[in-house]
Amino acid sequence: MDLMVIDIWLIIEKLALVAIVVSISLLIAMYSTYAERKVAAYLQDRRGPNRAGPFGILQPLADGGKLFFKEEIIPLTSSKFLFVLGPALAMITALMTSAVIPWGGTLNWFERNISLQIADINIGVLYIFGVISLSVYGIMIGGWASNNKFSLLAGIRGASQMISYELAMGLTLIALLMLTGSLKMSVIVEQQINGPWNIVYQPLGFLVFFICALAETNRTPFDLPEAENELNFGYHQEYSSMKLGFYLFAEYIAMFISSAIMATLYFGGYDIPFVNESSLSASIGHNLVTILGGFALLLKVSFFLFVFIWIRWTIPRFRYDQLMNLGWKKLIPLALFNMVITAVVILLLDK
Amino acid sequence: MIDLLQATVNSPGTTSASYLPIGLQVLFVVGLVGFLLIITHFLGPKRQTAEKLETFAGGIASHGDARQPMAINYFLVAILFVLFDVEIIFFYPYAINFRALGWDGFWAVMMFVSFFLCGFIYIIKKGALIWED
Repeated sequence: MDLMVIDIWLIIEKLALVAIVVSISLLIAMYSTYAERKVAAYLQDRRGPNRAGPFGILQPLADGGKLFFKEEIIPLTSSKFLFVLGPALAMITALMTSAVIPWGGTLNWFERNISLQIADINIGVLYIFGVISLSVYGIMIGGWASNNKFSLLAGIRGASQMISYELAMGLTLIALLMLTGSLKMSVIVEQQINGPWNIVYQPLGFLVFFICALAETNRTPFDLPEAENELNFGYHQEYSSMKLGFYLFAEYIAMFISSAIMATLYFGGYDIPFVNESSLSASIGHNLVTILGGFALLLKVSFFLFVFIWIRWTIPRFRYDQLMNLGWKKLIPLALFNMVITAVVILLLDK
Repeated sequence: MIDLLQATVNSPGTTSASYLPIGLQVLFVVGLVGFLLIITHFLGPKRQTAEKLETFAGGIASHGDARQPMAINYFLVAILFVLFDVEIIFFYPYAINFRALGWDGFWAVMMFVSFFLCGFIYIIKKGALIWED
């Protein structure tokens, strides 16, 4: 019944925020492909893309534009509806996760307090988990609908890899939630602004979470659904045009979002390090601090994106049984151990 | 315990209206994805031949349907995931009310953890996660 009291400005404000956040996710995903190629080139002593614009800065636009104008192929033996649904679902779930991440504090504009978080719900962390588990369907449906042996194998590999690492991911977050006592993302960030970052209390938890994030986003060393020497191209082998683009984009957006989640949960979110926000906002104004905080978050995210890329060009791919053994036999017990230790330590210190 | 759980669910600041922006985002994202799918459907060239519409099998002719029975391990992983994920979800309400429940809650949950571990050790001993032949 509370729905009745919503004012129209709130809807406009939220719609504008949704449009901005989605566009920024798309833009960052685009430029992560550029960063990926540039960093790869640097690590391999090459130049990387350098033809389109200065330093090849327009390369992602050329790549994206190309995908728009390519021929769309739907194989005759595929399931047509599911074939289209797969990439659409992958893209939708990748873009939906950003809803509960606080991108900054509040802005005071037009006598309104505009929050830079799309939806501040009390089950924030659970919402992220819910949407991330849906992203399995994008890969699974795409691999199945193609009716190609390689795609199907890659899709099934990807699905069982993602669900396996979701267990360890879920377990390791429990220790963090014991610390914060809230599932609300904004509360988690506020606690870190007023105290030390959660990484100080949860180094082991963060390590497990980071490994799981690599596996969830299908990044090397866990990119088995895209192991080109075993599976040609992976679950998106039969795809072309924008549908292929959606799959590739969804992967980079997932990378961006999981970096943002790691920065928010463990590295203080939009907290500017070594700065007292309240005294700073007294001197330079509230809005400016909020914007600086947003940039601080983006900087942390960029750092994680760089680490993702760095790992890709450094560590070779796991074998499938190694991947499963790491997920089930190492990370799950480790996360459980971390949970119990955290509980004992907190209870001992509280008394 | 029930009171504590309800207290968290009804914490101030979250109403059904808080979920409205998520609804807006669903509409926006679905609209964007649908729009892009439709325009790219009309933008690209269409010169389709029978060979082009075949599934790609690395250059050789593809034989038969891809949807054949495959290793049971994948199925097992899916089943085990459902089991363990449900158990992990049970930890979440505990983690939120962890400080209020104190040592009593801790010992109760340790019992649950030991059940969890029993199941976990059982599936490993049974060889459910052995991938080599």
